[in-house]
Amino acid sequence: MSEMNTDETLVVRMVNITKHFPGVLANDSVNLDLHRGEVLALLGENGAGKSTLMNMLVGLYRPDSGEIYVKGKLAEINSPQDSMALGIGMIHQEFMLVGNMTVAENIILGMKDLPFVPPMAEIKAKITELSKRYGLQVYPDKVIQDLSVGEQQRVEILKLLYRGADILILDEPTAVLTPGEARDLNEILKKMLAEGKSAIFITHKMDEVMEFSHTVQVLRRGKSVSSCPTNTIKRVQDLANMMVGRDILFSLDRGPYKPTDVKVEAKNLTVLPIGGGKPVLDNVSFSIRGGEIFGIAGVAGNGQQQLTEALTGLLHVDSGNILLNGKDMTNKTPLQVIKTGVSHIPADRGRMGVVGDMSVGDNLSMKKYRTDELSSHSVIKRNWVRKFADHLIEAFTIKTPSQDTSVKFLSGGNIQKTILAREIDSCGGILIAVYPSRGLDVGATESVRQNLIKQRDKGNAVLLVSEELEELLMVADKIAVMFEGRIMDIVDADKASTEKLGMLMAGVEREEV
Amino acid sequence: MRLGLEKRDFRSKRMTVLVPIISLLISFLLGAIVLGISNANPLQTYGAMLKGAFGSQTKIQYTIAKAIPLLLCGLAVGIAFRLKFWNIGAEGQYVAGVIGITWVMQFWTFLPEMLLLPVGMLVGVLCGAFWGGIPGALKAQWSVDETLSTLMMNYIIIGYAEYLYINAWKAPRGNMGTVLYPNSAWLPRIWGRVHSGVYFALILVVILWFVLYKTRWGFELNMIGKNRRAAQCQGVSIKRNIILAMIVSGGIAGLAGVIDSAAVTHQLTKGVNSGYGFTGIIIAWMSGLNPFVSIVVALIMAALETGSDALQLMKLPAAMGEVMQGLILIPLLAGSIFTEYKLVVHTNHKEATV
Repeated sequence: MSEMNTDETLVVRMVNITKHFPGVLANDSVNLDLHRGEVLALLGENGAGKSTLMNMLVGLYRPDSGEIYVKGKLAEINSPQDSMALGIGMIHQEFMLVGNMTVAENIILGMKDLPFVPPMAEIKAKITELSKRYGLQVYPDKVIQDLSVGEQQRVEILKLLYRGADILILDEPTAVLTPGEARDLNEILKKMLAEGKSAIFITHKMDEVMEFSHTVQVLRRGKSVSSCPTNTIKRVQDLANMMVGRDILFSLDRGPYKPTDVKVEAKNLTVLPIGGGKPVLDNVSFSIRGGEIFGIAGVAGNGQQQLTEALTGLLHVDSGNILLNGKDMTNKTPLQVIKTGVSHIPADRGRMGVVGDMSVGDNLSMKKYRTDELSSHSVIKRNWVRKFADHLIEAFTIKTPSQDTSVKFLSGGNIQKTILAREIDSCGGILIAVYPSRGLDVGATESVRQNLIKQRDKGNAVLLVSEELEELLMVADKIAVMFEGRIMDIVDADKASTEKLGMLMAGVEREEV
Repeated sequence: MRLGLEKRDFRSKRMTVLVPIISLLISFLLGAIVLGISNANPLQTYGAMLKGAFGSQTKIQYTIAKAIPLLLCGLAVGIAFRLKFWNIGAEGQYVAGVIGITWVMQFWTFLPEMLLLPVGMLVGVLCGAFWGGIPGALKAQWSVDETLSTLMMNYIIIGYAEYLYINAWKAPRGNMGTVLYPNSAWLPRIWGRVHSGVYFALILVVILWFVLYKTRWGFELNMIGKNRRAAQCQGVSIKRNIILAMIVSGGIAGLAGVIDSAAVTHQLTKGVNSGYGFTGIIIAWMSGLNPFVSIVVALIMAALETGSDALQLMKLPAAMGEVMQGLILIPLLAGSIFTEYKLVVHTNHKEATV
């Protein structure tokens, strides 16, 4: 191997890349080398600078200093068009597809050198050919909105291949995929590498690094702390340490399980979809006691979101009853539910959890502004709000330049901490957390979990919806598994196994297990 | 060298102030081109307009009197816009207000004369509030698109007003217009043409500023406007607030109509759909929904209207003033991009930012 002329296989070389944002050094003299036929995993916590670095490679940002060489030549990349011309394409976390157009139309959308009437037959033939070559199973005539998320991702990949990209950047590609789809993606990547293409994929999941990549580069607080061949990594723990710079507690502090009285009770909840069809919630019953974390497992989209929205008053139930803190709260307004003492950490943090254009301070006071603590006679006590916000920022170690900064400028982890701080502070006995650690790095995940356990130990009832069985097994006292709107079974967490839960998640009935 | 836009990491405060000023100047430049095409000397014309708007005490008074309903309409529209509820029906809510006060003045003769004005004003405001509340309720209950419903509601009420002043409520003499309100029920003038409606407008500015920036309701409106779903999750009722905001918005537009008819026209007649409600949209937008800034913008808009009368002396159509009003909004809308983005000049190795 050492005889190989590295310069020729080196397709991307980023040298001393530095990028500032106001108050943040996002990248600090980062170097990165990508070789032909290689998958490079870019690992790091949220806010470590992975996406920033890649956005500079595709021309969305420009580095303050440093140089980028592509295939041996100094490159001036000012726009995604420039990077595409160099054969570099990126698949972002949010797909850039038009839902009501076909695959073929999406693929040629925005291409500049097409004739006025595009030769669709030719285009489709080329799409089918590419799809077969890489095992993508993408059909040019299908409409995007009929495709699964995994299929949409493959359309994005095909879009880049069609335009002749040979360097692909994937931003957390598996975050939206089922385990099966993730394996397919791995196969597709392997086929592309065999043809001399290369890929960089951004991730914060360590098992993926081990499975997918040849080389792993770890970023921490804007700096590159390590770059080495993946097969030299002995333990996953080592990677985690590199990422966060300290040993992570894989076990959490928790008191003994001391359940008290029932705080949440759902009886035969049923929600029918608009326009008819299979119920999205089908006769769901369970109860949660104080001092208990009740986990809900299941593949996303099996009714978990609807269940939590029904509990928090955001979704109308067609039949059944909800009792919260002993009161019948079926089909009450969100405000009435909040007033019975329910806190809610919603699934979609940016869309439901915070108002991005408002300040951290305002976002922290969005539950309590209506109480006497922060307002009197409908006038908000601004100076109290400031003190209150400063206190929460400190207590929950929210990293923000000031409480006047718009929330949208914070990292995902700190946005989640802002929500946690607000909801835990105002919690009156019941905490509903939906995918609270989704997309967070190791450090922030740990802090979220520890906070949930703290609430349990204080005697509150906690409902935790999660996709990660590991998280549920670590944190929850009881685990219910949802499948197609039904609760398949409720098991004690200390008696549950990943295998058994996995079967239930796939819809296999208890008796058959 | 190439130009490009780059997203700012923070909303630029400097640009928020500079953009309206610069775009105002640009719109005057664009206006100069239009004037040039019409064979008029732009400088002379602007000079004449300036004189027409502020050239003498009387002219200043006219401009201020015109600014009063404009300011109120700007405030009315601004409230709804905070919620991203696109109320383009201030025009109709204004007319509803005029109909309301005229109804009281004409038919509530059982009232003592002293009470005619206050009761008339109140009824007018309620009519405006009702007319604004309908599209609010339609939106809240059945998600009816408000741009269409508010616009259509304008045509309904303007047509109805026409029927009233030409037919049902027509004064015995003349061929259109209602009987003039009794003298004792006119809003008094305080300085030439400037009437006491100016107090209502200015007090309302202070009240609205307080409500929008200091109270729980203002906080809720802000939340809804910036992220409806998140506001809902925090227990804020979207339906209730949309209806409430539209009632307030319609009421203020109604107040504009009430004040202008009680102080200036003293009747319901042709010209009641004065276009104030539409100009209010420009005012709300240019002021960035800030009540205090609205005062300045309303004065500029009023000056454009009074100033354009002077254009006729220069053998130019008075409609040129409306052309100018329209031209003001375009550079502003285009310019607002610079508060969120910055202009980047790419040269080969260096870059400069503006």
